[in-house]
Amino acid sequence: MALRLDVPPKAVAGPEPGSAKKRRDKPGSWKLAIKRDWRLYTLVALPLLYLLIFRYLPMAGNVIAFRQFQPGGSIFGEKWVGLKYVTLFINDPSFWQAFQNTIILGVLTLVFCFPMPIIFALLLNELRSQKFKKFVQTVAYLPHFMSVVIIAGMILQNFSMNGTVNQIAESLFGTTVNFTQDPGWFRPMYISSEVWQTMGWGAILYLAALTRVDESLYEAARIDGANRWQQTWHVTLPAIRPTIITLLILNIGTFMAVGFEKILLIYNPLNYATSDVISTYLYRVGLESSNFSYAAAIGMFESVIGLTLILSANAISKRVAGTSLW
Amino acid sequence: MVNKTATAIRGAAAQGVLLKDMKVSRGMRIFRAFNLVFLLLVVFLTVYPFLNIIAQSFSSEGFINAGQVNLFPMGFNTETYKLILADSTFWNNYGNTVLYTVVATAISMVLTTAFAYAIAKKDLKGRSVFIGLAVFTMFFNGGLIPNYVLISSLGMRDTIWAVVLPNAISVFNLLIMKSFFENMPRELEEAASIDGLTQYGILFRVVLPLSKAIMATMVLFYAVANWNSWFQAFLYLDNPDLFPVTIYLRNMIAGVTTAGSAGGTAENVGQIAANIQSVTIVLTVIPILCIYPFVQKYFFSGVMLGSVKE
Repeated sequence: MALRLDVPPKAVAGPEPGSAKKRRDKPGSWKLAIKRDWRLYTLVALPLLYLLIFRYLPMAGNVIAFRQFQPGGSIFGEKWVGLKYVTLFINDPSFWQAFQNTIILGVLTLVFCFPMPIIFALLLNELRSQKFKKFVQTVAYLPHFMSVVIIAGMILQNFSMNGTVNQIAESLFGTTVNFTQDPGWFRPMYISSEVWQTMGWGAILYLAALTRVDESLYEAARIDGANRWQQTWHVTLPAIRPTIITLLILNIGTFMAVGFEKILLIYNPLNYATSDVISTYLYRVGLESSNFSYAAAIGMFESVIGLTLILSANAISKRVAGTSLW
Repeated sequence: MVNKTATAIRGAAAQGVLLKDMKVSRGMRIFRAFNLVFLLLVVFLTVYPFLNIIAQSFSSEGFINAGQVNLFPMGFNTETYKLILADSTFWNNYGNTVLYTVVATAISMVLTTAFAYAIAKKDLKGRSVFIGLAVFTMFFNGGLIPNYVLISSLGMRDTIWAVVLPNAISVFNLLIMKSFFENMPRELEEAASIDGLTQYGILFRVVLPLSKAIMATMVLFYAVANWNSWFQAFLYLDNPDLFPVTIYLRNMIAGVTTAGSAGGTAENVGQIAANIQSVTIVLTVIPILCIYPFVQKYFFSGVMLGSVKE
């Protein structure tokens, strides 16, 4: 610790070997860095090993998309087959249906689920009673802490034939709908439950940003004659804009992976026409039908699109708004 | 807020636009009333599904099947509770959830803390490579199939390791911790090293004792994620004795477990079938509902700590 390079020389008189002078002789050499910081490197070793095995090895494992794979054989497959599996899914109508559903659900999620937390945070911010604000926040965060299995159970329960939604439908329209099986109702069911689940907790970063808005800006706006709405538009929103953009980029990054676990739990063969997304399709192809290479090809396609989306969103936002993740 | 309005009115009066401002403040009052009603509605809609599930779980089959249960139990009945609470698989699976949560959280905390502490040192050589390696995994991952193949070929199927290892480091948590360590006053560590402490000594005797709040938050983040997780277990565990309780519930929802296979008899199978899912949901939700009010403020402070940097 005493031997940090940017520490002023007088603080460097530490007990460890190797003086400040020596370091200035060969700045930046690995030998010196290891000699000085070997304890830090031992701390890094295990986490790095973890990343290599559980994160980077599977990335390399994607080569099975281009190779024949034998269950129980090498994780990198047996022999090259070129673009066989890629052409296979490009000509697969089920894949394109899943692709279309993914895009539609992704866009609906962005349109409905992304703005809600911003509105919710702004409304909370207008509350005068801090106690009531705390109470609303506490309740609204609750769904975030529930397992997706529990959420799925509650969705299926509420939308079931004798559930609450049908009770309301019956009293209003005198008819019931099989929401959980009718393909036409999957998207409303998915999006409304997603809003229910994410609106509260999603507001938390905006609320954090709102607490840091300089009070004197409002003061100045009021002196200029701005009313409450104009203050929100010209002071509050610009203040949380970086947060909005950062979260938007992150949301775009998860666009392709829309609600995989939740959909897997609530969909069924009767509504595949609208509910089957790329990730659930590749799950069935890969793990239920054991077409590992085929599914890996689809998965890689999905990951590459996801990465491209987040890189472009980041680049565009950097140029247009001056805010970016890195 | 009251002060703010008062100031606004005074400021406006000074400018001779009192009349206009009165109008605005009436609009403001209407807005506040709407806002209050709207937020109360949000509260109700958030809580309703939970209340509904609880009501269903205590209702009798006739009312459930007729679609008459909403906020309150109808025809109070605890038949299904008795059945589930007497099911040894249920308790075994609950125990597994506790075990997996404790082990996985411990592993995650050790790895995350060690990594975060090291990469928070701005002059550690190779630091940017380490950070880059971690952050890249947030945006690109190997995907389901290669992961599945890897875990299987490592021989981790049907072992606890398939559940507790693959998601040991959350990069999001790692970055929160890193920015916390970066914001610690350097003088503390410098003083400690002058006193002859090594980097290990500084970490264990100076830094960690000062990081209790962030450590508590991280433990909560990891514990909740592990308590709720089901997919790893679903993929890699075949032996029902190893299932966490989320899988027990999942099999119920997916119809793998039926009223009959859960031990319903001829006379109560209708009742069991009517609310076995709600009962299981309630029983798995209870621990979270009980501790949630006490720990939720740590989640908020954790997010605040993590976002302060920007």
